[in-house]
Amino acid sequence: MYSDKVMDHFTNPRNVGELEAAADVGVGLVGNAKCGDIMKVFLKIDDGIVTDAKFKTFGCGAAVATSSMATEMVKGHTLREALQITNKAVAEALDGLPPIKVHCSLLAEQALHAALWDYAEKNGIEIEGLESPAADLEELERLGEEE
Amino acid sequence: MGNAELERVYFDNAATTPVRDEVLEEMLPYFRERYGNPSSLYSIAGESKKAVETARERLANALNAEPGEIYFTSGGTESDNWAIAGTAERAAGKGRHLITSAIEHHGILNVFKKLEKNGFEVTYLPVDAEGLVSPEELEKAIRPDTILISVMYANNEIGTVQPIDDLAGIAAARGVPFHTDAVQAAGHIPIDLKKTKADMLSLSAHKFNGPKGVGALFIRKGKPLEPFLLGGHQEKGRRPGTENVPGIVGLGKAAALAVAEMPEESARLAALRDRLIDGILGGIPHTRLNGSRTKRLPGNVSVAFEFIEGESLLLLLDMKNICASSGSACTSGSLDPSHVLLAIGLPHEKAHGSLRLTLGRYNTADEAEYVLRELPPLVARLRDMSPLYKAGVKTMI
Ligand SMILES: Cc1ncc(COP(=O)(O)O)c(C=O)c1O
Repeated sequence: MYSDKVMDHFTNPRNVGELEAAADVGVGLVGNAKCGDIMKVFLKIDDGIVTDAKFKTFGCGAAVATSSMATEMVKGHTLREALQITNKAVAEALDGLPPIKVHCSLLAEQALHAALWDYAEKNGIEIEGLESPAADLEELERLGEEE
Repeated sequence: MGNAELERVYFDNAATTPVRDEVLEEMLPYFRERYGNPSSLYSIAGESKKAVETARERLANALNAEPGEIYFTSGGTESDNWAIAGTAERAAGKGRHLITSAIEHHGILNVFKKLEKNGFEVTYLPVDAEGLVSPEELEKAIRPDTILISVMYANNEIGTVQPIDDLAGIAAARGVPFHTDAVQAAGHIPIDLKKTKADMLSLSAHKFNGPKGVGALFIRKGKPLEPFLLGGHQEKGRRPGTENVPGIVGLGKAAALAVAEMPEESARLAALRDRLIDGILGGIPHTRLNGSRTKRLPGNVSVAFEFIEGESLLLLLDMKNICASSGSACTSGSLDPSHVLLAIGLPHEKAHGSLRLTLGRYNTADEAEYVLRELPPLVARLRDMSPLYKAGVKTMI
């Protein structure tokens, strides 16, 4: 049901891990355990350029693969360019996703945006065209504490 | 055999099973040599007719029922649909209240959903943490206008076997027709319809090494049921359509074999099952068993791993040539995890991390050991990737 690219990024995910909290690291946490997908993306930004990206994902094969691909795609780009990485671009880079998995690529896009938003907030800057992420953060925090 | 990879470990026997050689052999002549329509008058038709009646006797023996109480269908789904829709249609004048459980197969649930749209009222009995329906709750749910009770014999996801004699006994005492979906039970645990007071029982051949697309509905003698399909006179006019003769022959043979071998085979499977359950729970932290430890189908293992999602585990298992299934949403095409896992009280995030291994007659102890070896590193790998995991480790230390 998945393309070879998706399977490749699922079985050998790039950029799994975390970046330590710092002023130059933006963290985006999106998704919802109820639906079975949570993505946490870390972006390190130097001089307006994304120099490193990591992720942790709870989710299906497509969720892992889109996280892996999105973090690959964002590295080396300016903040403005990072914003242009859409769910469609991620899905296309993976040679497509089954229709019921398209929401996973949306989640990857949202995770990038949430990390950029976090970075902008921390550093008191505005990134043109970036909107506040609409993640279900309350639930995510509850889960994090509960365990 | 050491650490060699096995070619294929099929641990999804609740989804379907391979047809046994002995079964296929009995079926084959009915495709090309004895192809007659059982309703015709010439001699090859007589052979077909006889074959169908032999299968009916075999299945009746397997269930301790009368041959006249067996009606062949296209499988579990049709039997379930027929029992419920046929009863509702017949008895709508007497009342419009029906009772079922929260953990039925969709072949049952979706019929009730449709009846609700058509003005019927349905009570979904809750289950406890092991997946058991309480006889007292059933007793309390019955009303003067209750026209049907349907509770499954054994659950396809978590393997819980219901106290079906008690439930059917209550229904009989209150004069309410009782149906049970025995698709997962038939051929695996003893069924005795002289003892169990069910009025209707569904089963499906492909769950016990028979062919797909053929099943049966037991309807107790003298019990009314509206036909579901409309057509010819076959099956005493209650289930029209030219009989699936090879399929029916296969069903009869598979049922006879399963019942003859049941004492030995169910003990063997239960031992494999327990080895797997103990090995998984003992070897992988933050894991729980879904369902009951004792009131459980001999071939069912269902566990929930915290912090991971089932589909990704299935993909990794598949790469190790292990066929399994999960209760996660991702495999069903919806965003909600299985209604069964939610009904036994699993929170969504844990229900997403469920794995079902179901064993059958071709599985071996070697295969169980192989899975016990391969599974823990796969779970660990996904947990390392999971943003939910770190918090869990903290509380352990
Ligand atoms: C409990 C239960 N009921 C009904 C069915 C449907 O049976 P069939 O596939 O023969 O239509 C299944 C199998 O999928 C089942 O497990």
